Amino acid sequence: MTSDLKQEPPLGRVVVITSGKGGVGKTTSAAAISAGLAKQGYRTVVIDFDVGLRNLDMTMGCERRVVFDFINVIQGDARLKQALIKDKRLDTLSILPTSQTRDKDALTKEGVEKVLDELKKEFDYIVCDSPAGIEHGAQMAMYFADEAVVVTNPEVSSVRDSDRVLGLLSSQTKRAESEGAEPVKAQVLLTRHDQTRVDTGEMMNVEDVLEILAVPLLGVIPESQAILRASNLGMPVVLDQPSAASRAYEDAVRRLTGDEVEMRIEGERRPGLFNRLFGRAS
Amino acid sequence: MNLFAFARKQRRARSADTAKDRLQVLLAHERSSGSGSGEADYLPKLQRDIVAAIRKHVEIADDDVDVRMERGDQMSSLEINIDLPQSPKKAAG
Repeated sequence: MTSDLKQEPPLGRVVVITSGKGGVGKTTSAAAISAGLAKQGYRTVVIDFDVGLRNLDMTMGCERRVVFDFINVIQGDARLKQALIKDKRLDTLSILPTSQTRDKDALTKEGVEKVLDELKKEFDYIVCDSPAGIEHGAQMAMYFADEAVVVTNPEVSSVRDSDRVLGLLSSQTKRAESEGAEPVKAQVLLTRHDQTRVDTGEMMNVEDVLEILAVPLLGVIPESQAILRASNLGMPVVLDQPSAASRAYEDAVRRLTGDEVEMRIEGERRPGLFNRLFGRAS
Repeated sequence: MNLFAFARKQRRARSADTAKDRLQVLLAHERSSGSGSGEADYLPKLQRDIVAAIRKHVEIADDDVDVRMERGDQMSSLEINIDLPQSPKKAAG
């Protein structure tokens, strides 16, 4: 599959991972989705748009290898080829880290467009990891998107912010501004879902959230211990040991590429009686 | 029972230790480079200077210089690769 795809011209699809609210799992999802796409053989690059608060490099485990960054490329201080970090686990995956020292104003529309256009010539998927908020950085991350993954927790402020972001996607993007263009294809990725709490009525369920946001569902990622472990190790969740979360991300990635995959809502396995008796506190 | 708890603790602690180690290495670099004038900022200039210095003698393109860095706990290494043309020509001037 990998070699087949590499012969074809790149798809050059720009996917923004956004949410409005911080801490809902944008970077975790950007890492997992880009690694999932690369694992399927798609030539994939993931870009960190959170200028000044670089974190994608840590999540991807390449923080020691950053030399040049996205801003250096925009400002002409380095060429794109030099700033791209090739993932050591997947040869189809590259990371474009952001600057830790500049501020978000260093992102210009022209600069971002130039870099994206260059990446489109080589990559099937260009995954843009947006900063939190709806300010300049987030706007730059979403402006050139073909598709959007709106990461949402089943929690009131997150759903509200996602709604706001969906509004911006349908008005403040290049596709929205270009007459006759298809709108940005936006889908919700529900993260930190806890089936037990849904069952007891403590947490909004998937239908509740979709009814409010009225956009298609890309996937449901269960609350999982695998997420923290993967982040500790600098490993995208789908490249770490199998877990309910990694399976959910793999399904979401297949849906993103157009496959029909039945929605399964898997819970993290609760510690059984044995585990509860012998040790584990949580 | 103790045995089980020990095994589990071991397994759980490992990824947290990795996280701490990674952060310590990274933050040591980021703090020492100070905010605003981070170490990453001198690399583009360094690269330009290297290209300029080599161009005094050999004609090379901007692309022919590749700067890489690998940060370690004790030391970091800077790797500079220069692709020289097959038959070095003197630059004009």
